[in-house]
Amino acid sequence: MASVTYEHVTKEFGNVIAVNDLNLHIEDKEFLVFVGPSGCGKTTALRLLAGLEEVTKGIIKIGDRIVNDVPPKDRDIAMVFQSYALYPHMTVYDNLAFGLKLRKTPKEEIKRRVQEAAEILGIQDLLGRKPRQLSGGQRQRVAVGRAIVREPKVFLFDEPLSNLDAKLRIAMRAEISKLHHRLQTTFIYVTHDQMEAMTMATRIAVINKGMLQQLDTPQVLYDTPINMFVAGFIGAPAMNFFKGHVRKDGGKLFVDCGAFSVPLPAERVRAAQPYVDRPIILGIRPEDIFNPAFVPPGINAAKVACKVDVTELMGNEIFLYLVAGDNTIVARVDPRTDFRIGDQVQVSFNIDKMHLFDPDSELAVR
Amino acid sequence: MASSIMKQGRLTPWLYLLPALVIMFIFIVYPTFNTIYLSFLDKTSTQPASVNCVEGQPCWGIFENYHYALTNPEMVTALRNNARWLLLMVPGTVLCGLFFAVLADRVRYESLAKSIIFMPMAISFIGAGIIWRFVYYIETGSGEQIGLLNAILVALGRQPVAFLSNPAINNYALMLVGVWLWAGFCMTILSAAIKGLPSEVLEAARVDGASEWQLFFQIMLPMIMPTIAVVTTTMVINVLKIFDIVFVMTGGNFGTEVIANRMFTLIVTDTGRSMAIAVVLILLTVPIMIFNVYRFRKQEEMA
Repeated sequence: MASVTYEHVTKEFGNVIAVNDLNLHIEDKEFLVFVGPSGCGKTTALRLLAGLEEVTKGIIKIGDRIVNDVPPKDRDIAMVFQSYALYPHMTVYDNLAFGLKLRKTPKEEIKRRVQEAAEILGIQDLLGRKPRQLSGGQRQRVAVGRAIVREPKVFLFDEPLSNLDAKLRIAMRAEISKLHHRLQTTFIYVTHDQMEAMTMATRIAVINKGMLQQLDTPQVLYDTPINMFVAGFIGAPAMNFFKGHVRKDGGKLFVDCGAFSVPLPAERVRAAQPYVDRPIILGIRPEDIFNPAFVPPGINAAKVACKVDVTELMGNEIFLYLVAGDNTIVARVDPRTDFRIGDQVQVSFNIDKMHLFDPDSELAVR
Repeated sequence: MASSIMKQGRLTPWLYLLPALVIMFIFIVYPTFNTIYLSFLDKTSTQPASVNCVEGQPCWGIFENYHYALTNPEMVTALRNNARWLLLMVPGTVLCGLFFAVLADRVRYESLAKSIIFMPMAISFIGAGIIWRFVYYIETGSGEQIGLLNAILVALGRQPVAFLSNPAINNYALMLVGVWLWAGFCMTILSAAIKGLPSEVLEAARVDGASEWQLFFQIMLPMIMPTIAVVTTTMVINVLKIFDIVFVMTGGNFGTEVIANRMFTLIVTDTGRSMAIAVVLILLTVPIMIFNVYRFRKQEEMA
C-alpha cells in the first residue's frame, strides 16, 4: 500500500509529447481512474509508473521512493493488461504462481495465495487449464488474479475491460470495485470509457492531448467541469454546446443563441457580466432538458421552442434530437413524452444546471 | 438433379487436383519406386543384386546392395560422419540462429546485422565451399601460406594446420562451414517468431518480476518452441542430405565421407548400390517427416 506521485512528468516519443508536465498525487488506497480519448497519453502515464517506459523529464514516486530508475520488477506493482497477456504455455495455476516463484516464495505460501485469489475471483475450477481453453471473461479473471497474488503496493489496470462484451463489462466493473474495497490498496485504472470512470473511481483524472485537464471526484467533474473538454467527455449522451452571446435586457442577463435565448439565474450574473455583448458558449446536459409536461417540482425552467428531428425510445427514457435554428439539441426526457418527428415543440432547460464557457479559452465561466 | 450435383461434387475436386497429382507422380512417386526397384539390381540394372555376392562372405541375397550400404567400411564411415553432422551441426545452427535472433532483436541496426548473417544463404553452396577451401588452404610446398587461416597462424609464428586433410579436425572444419551457411536461415525464422511474440506478455513477465534471463528461458523460449521444432526438423533433413560442402572441399576423402556423397560417387559406377544408399537416406528422413506431420496436426487442433 502506497501513494503515487507524478511531479512534472513529461514523456516524449521523438517529436511527439505523449505526457506533458503531469502533476498528480494519488493517495494511498485510492481508486484513481485516468480517462481520456484514445491517444491522449493516459496509457503512457500508466506505463511510466509501471516502468515499461522511461520518463523524459520529471519524477515518479511510489510512497516516498523515487522510482525513475527502478526496473518494473522492483517497483512492487502489478499490472493487468488490455489483452490479458497471460502466459499461453502455462496453466492458470502457473500463471498466477509465476511472479511468486520468481520471488522464491515458499511452495505452501504460493499455494495458499493462489487458492485465495482463485476463490476471490471464482476460478478455482480453472486452475489446471491453459489460457486458450478459457473464455474472455475467465482470462480477464486470471489476469486480475495474477495481480492479486503478488499483494503489490499498487495495482495498475490498462483498459482491462475493453475486450469484453457489454454485459460482462458491467459485471466485471462491479467486481473490480468490490475487489478494491476488499483489498484496500491503491488502484490506478486507465480507460477511455467515461462510464467506467464514473462508476468505479474515487477520483478521476481527465487527460487530453497529454495534459491533465481536471482531477476530482466523479460528482464534481460531472457538476462543475473545468472546461469544455471535460464537460463534453464526462456524461453520456454528451453535453450540448450552443454558441451565443450575453444580452442585457431590462436589468436581466440572457444568453442569446439566435434561435432561442435563456435567462441567466441571479447567481450567474456576476460571472457573466464581462461577457455582455460578447460571445459565450452555453452548455447543458441532455438530462437537464425536460418535456414541459413532466418538469419535476422546484426546477427553474426556461422554455425553448424547437422541432423534433429524431426520437429514440430507450425504455426508461427517451432521447430527443431537436433542432432550433442552427443548433442541434439532445435531450433525455421522460418516457411518457409523445413527441413525433417533425413536431414543433417546447422543451424546458433547467437554467440552474447550465454551464457557461469562454469561447477562446474554453474554460468554464464561474 | 440432386444426384448430378452430387456426382459433380465428387469429381470436381479430383479435376482440380489432377495437375498436381500428375506432376507429383512423374517427379516423386515414380522415381521413388524406380529407385527402390533399382536398388535390388546389380550395377548394370539387368540382374538381381545377389550376383554381387562374394564367395565365402555373408550374402544378403536380393538385399546385397543394402548389405553394402550398411556394412562397407566407406559406408560405415559415411554413416558415422552423418551422425556426427547431425549431433553438431543441427544444434550448432539452431543455437547460433537463436543467439543471433535474440541479439539482433535488441540492436539498432537490426536489419543490417541480420542481412550480414543471412548473406551466406544467398551464395551457392558450391561457391561457399570454394571460398572456404581457400580459407582452409595449406601450402605444403615451399610457397607462402595463402589460405586465410594458415596465413594468420604463420603470421602469429605458429605452424600451419592441415584443416581439410587431418582426420582429427577436418570433419569439424566442414561442419563449421555448414553452420556458417545455415545459421542465417535459422536466425531469420526464429527472429520472425520472436517478433511475433505479443509484447504485453513480455511486459507482464517483466512486471511480474522476471529478469531478462528468466524472461528468455521461462517465457520466450517456451512460446517459440513450435518454431524451434520446425527449424530443427528442417535442419535435420538438410544435414542428412549434406553433400555440396563435402563434395567441393574434400570430395569425401581423409575420412570425411558422407552418405549423399557416397551415393553420388557410385551413381555412375554402380547404380544398384547407389540406389540402395538413396533408399537408406529416404528411410532415415521418414521418422522426421512423421514427427513433422504429427506436430502439424497437433498444432491444427490447438488453433
